[in-house]
Amino acid sequence: MNQVGFPLLSILIFLPLAGALVTLFLGKNRTFIKVWALVVSLAGLALACVVWGLFDYDQPGMQFVDRFAWIEPFGISYFVAVDGINLWMLLLTAFLSPVAVLVSWKFLDNQPEIDARGFVFFLLALETGVLGVFAALDLILFYVFWEAMLVPAYFLIGKWGGERRVYATLKFFLYTMAGSALMLVAIIVLAVLNYQDTGVLTFDLLALYDLPLAFWAQVWLFLAFVLAFAVKAPIWPLHTWQPDAYVESPTPVTILLAAVLSKMAIYGLIRFCLPLFPDAFETFQPWIWLLAIVGILYGSLIALVQRDMKRLVAYSSLAHMGMLVAGVMAANSQGIQGALVQTVSHGLTVTALFVFVGMLEARRGTRQIEAFGGLWKSIPLVGTLVLTAILASIGLPGLSGFPGEFTMLVGIFQESPAAAAFATLSIVLGAWYMLDLFRKAFAGPLERPENRSLPDLRRREAMVVLPLVALMFVFGILPNLIIRPTDTAVTDLLTLAEERRVVLIEPSSTQHLADGK
Amino acid sequence: MEISIPTSNWLVVAPEIVVLVTALLVMMVDLFLGKEHKGRLAWLSLVGVLVAAGLSYYIWDGSDAVLHDMLAADGYALFLNLVILTAAALAILFSVEYTARTGLARGEYYTLLLLSTTGMMLMAAAINLMTIFLALEILSLALYVLVGLNRTEMRSAEAAMKYLLLGAFASGFLLYGMAMIYGQAGTTSLAGVHDYVLSLGGDIPTLLLLGTGLMIVGFGFKVALVPFQMWTPDVYEGAPTSVTAFMSVGAKAAGFAALGRVALYALGDLQGDWVWVLAVLAALTMTVGNLAALRQSNLKRMLAYSSIAHAGYILVGLAAGSESGVSAVLFYLFSYAFMNVGAFAIVIAVGKFGNSAEPGETLDDFAGLAARKPGLAVAMALFMLSLAGVPPLVGFMGKLYVFGAAVQADLTWLAIFGVINSVISAYYYLRVVVFMYMREAQETEEMPSPVCPALGVGVALAGVAVVLLGLWPAAILNLAQAAATALLGG
Repeated sequence: MNQVGFPLLSILIFLPLAGALVTLFLGKNRTFIKVWALVVSLAGLALACVVWGLFDYDQPGMQFVDRFAWIEPFGISYFVAVDGINLWMLLLTAFLSPVAVLVSWKFLDNQPEIDARGFVFFLLALETGVLGVFAALDLILFYVFWEAMLVPAYFLIGKWGGERRVYATLKFFLYTMAGSALMLVAIIVLAVLNYQDTGVLTFDLLALYDLPLAFWAQVWLFLAFVLAFAVKAPIWPLHTWQPDAYVESPTPVTILLAAVLSKMAIYGLIRFCLPLFPDAFETFQPWIWLLAIVGILYGSLIALVQRDMKRLVAYSSLAHMGMLVAGVMAANSQGIQGALVQTVSHGLTVTALFVFVGMLEARRGTRQIEAFGGLWKSIPLVGTLVLTAILASIGLPGLSGFPGEFTMLVGIFQESPAAAAFATLSIVLGAWYMLDLFRKAFAGPLERPENRSLPDLRRREAMVVLPLVALMFVFGILPNLIIRPTDTAVTDLLTLAEERRVVLIEPSSTQHLADGK
Repeated sequence: MEISIPTSNWLVVAPEIVVLVTALLVMMVDLFLGKEHKGRLAWLSLVGVLVAAGLSYYIWDGSDAVLHDMLAADGYALFLNLVILTAAALAILFSVEYTARTGLARGEYYTLLLLSTTGMMLMAAAINLMTIFLALEILSLALYVLVGLNRTEMRSAEAAMKYLLLGAFASGFLLYGMAMIYGQAGTTSLAGVHDYVLSLGGDIPTLLLLGTGLMIVGFGFKVALVPFQMWTPDVYEGAPTSVTAFMSVGAKAAGFAALGRVALYALGDLQGDWVWVLAVLAALTMTVGNLAALRQSNLKRMLAYSSIAHAGYILVGLAAGSESGVSAVLFYLFSYAFMNVGAFAIVIAVGKFGNSAEPGETLDDFAGLAARKPGLAVAMALFMLSLAGVPPLVGFMGKLYVFGAAVQADLTWLAIFGVINSVISAYYYLRVVVFMYMREAQETEEMPSPVCPALGVGVALAGVAVVLLGLWPAAILNLAQAAATALLGG
């Protein structure tokens, strides 16, 4: 139901796109364009806060529903809504967009010859795509946003990225599209099965929740969906696009890729895979745990030997995503709610880390760790903030990383103590490579003369970083801000998943599909 | 002696007559026009095409009007008329610039174009095997000449020869198949064949199956299915680009129109027999087309192979053999007209600025286009992404529809083939976008000249259509469904 009587959610989703289109007509004045981008993204954040403020924590079901028939002949509707599961995803996106815009100010200033208008256009368009993915409840609408969002990302990386940007962006686009291709077929199959069962052609997720699915149908459909999400997260071994894409992107885009786009996969697992295919979910739980744990180990160990700071943070992101996936796969309230908290925390920490890497690169022109050393002495303010972000990323209690990780580990432990033991390695190894990075770059003797005279935290940088770090403390001490809205939704989701289990049911109408597939 | 003239419902073929009359008018007016004014013939042709399109829409009233059991004006024919006329109109708009540049601006060019259009429209309206063949020959002969019209270019003559020889051969197959079916059914009317097949019960005579197979071969050549596609890259590359643009959509639309009528209506009851043939052909066609396109650096050849691949996607819809399959095919053809002719238009436009031996045809000519001509680059990006099937553009909707029909018809494996092929195709479509946006332009001394207005308008129209139809396809979808019901429902 829609408690505000007008399409607030749709306005929130499409406001950035509208802003992007207006940008095309703003002429060549770069300052104007930059300020406009900030205004639009802050307006989006304000709207998101309104949504949060009006959100009813105890109301089951969907809120802020916007729904109308879009493509009637196919049963495709425009259906967006908010509930406990995507509320914080939307908030995170809305919050990180102005952050990305502010970071892009610096990026645009450093390179006066690049096309500011185009950059801002695609940045804002990307925000709409991501918001749409989180809010969509019609499967085709979800898929449209999921794929459409690749186009601005493709241009952002390909036009304004680093040296190997064309390779990185093509790999990113094709890899993601390939992963999602089978998901489209799975969506169509779901709708066709529903049509054969009920005589109604629809792609409405809530209607499809009522469709009984035989075990084998669940398995194939689950695999198709998981493939798409596994590429996006990424889950080892489908991760090879990630380091190149993250490293070759300009920093504002890397922020959005790492903090927000990867969370779309987590969201997808929770929203689609678990309730629609509960038996398959349970069957593949150990396998995906295995992959997630390998990802944690792989990402951490490779991060350990990195010399490029940005690549190090990229691989650390891989490790953290492994942890997130493991938490979701636990399929209990601790696992899922922990993952939702950690989503926000990881979004904050990885953003902060990439921003710091960008700051150091801007000061010294290089991302190689060995070019730094003993920076604590010359830029102590930056050092403090970097240390805070690192500690939050590791999961130190008191900062935002701890509640999520701990809750997830509890959830995993309830299902499999062994998996939890391995997953805990994420924390241990994370501490190792992160503190090692800090040691090499900030601690130790200040040997290079170039590092002595570096400017400390600038005002504009502070504007970006201080809110991030502040929130790390806030969510570390008050994680309930994130957890509380998710209670009703997660409980309902798990109940729904339980009810939809069919392992003991003899399939009849779907038998031919089980045979054929 | 009394000669009785049977009453004929000429309204059924009113659009075709309009186009035919326009063709003749163009031929006559051409006599009186000086060399510099030949461009005006384009406007005359365009008017004729638009009137015919309006007429098609006007006479669409769900009636069963037929002309002597030879031609019908049902929704199916009229929707395809719209597709063919759209392709013709866009091709005419893009011809203005191209013919002026290559010295092809002669009356014969537009006359032949219009005559070919007439043939295509007749083929869509044909409900009799004889009319199908006649219409096919009309459209083909005109195209053979059009392909070779560029007399000074070797490639053009080679293309025309290849097309003529292979086309004649394929027509022979088609006719032979028709003869077999006639021999078995005793009538060339599609309705008659339909009734005959129904009366057979389960016992299908071999001659009928053979005839069906031969006809599929004949049609397969025309729409460039594998393994009958060998002519396509050479002919598409050699022909004048505006002719290629027209041919790629129009001939396909006409070919699929007739194939749809024959396979799904006349031989509809044999569906169990030919479904797997069409499905396998579709899978092969998609795959071969996409894999070959990956290696092309000549844009016209790449678009030729992409055309083959799209013929594969369209065939998936026919293989599904259901009403939704047919309406999917129709919708796809309509959207394909905009995407593909639009893409060729940009090739024509870039040819003006290109420096290489084959101006506008190599990827290098597209390098840095975004900086030199941002409007053209945006349009090309839209066409490329739409052809790749990226939402929310119309190409995605078409593929969704076609693959959806396949899944509904228990051909899920074909849908899987289709989406995987779409991903493969994204690589070579994106390559063009990479060159336009992410590469530096070659050095050119002169100022870039403005784009010909006719071409600009056409490209803008196509670009807008690609986006709008992708976001709001419902109107065209309903039309396509009505057309499909006209064919199969009743």
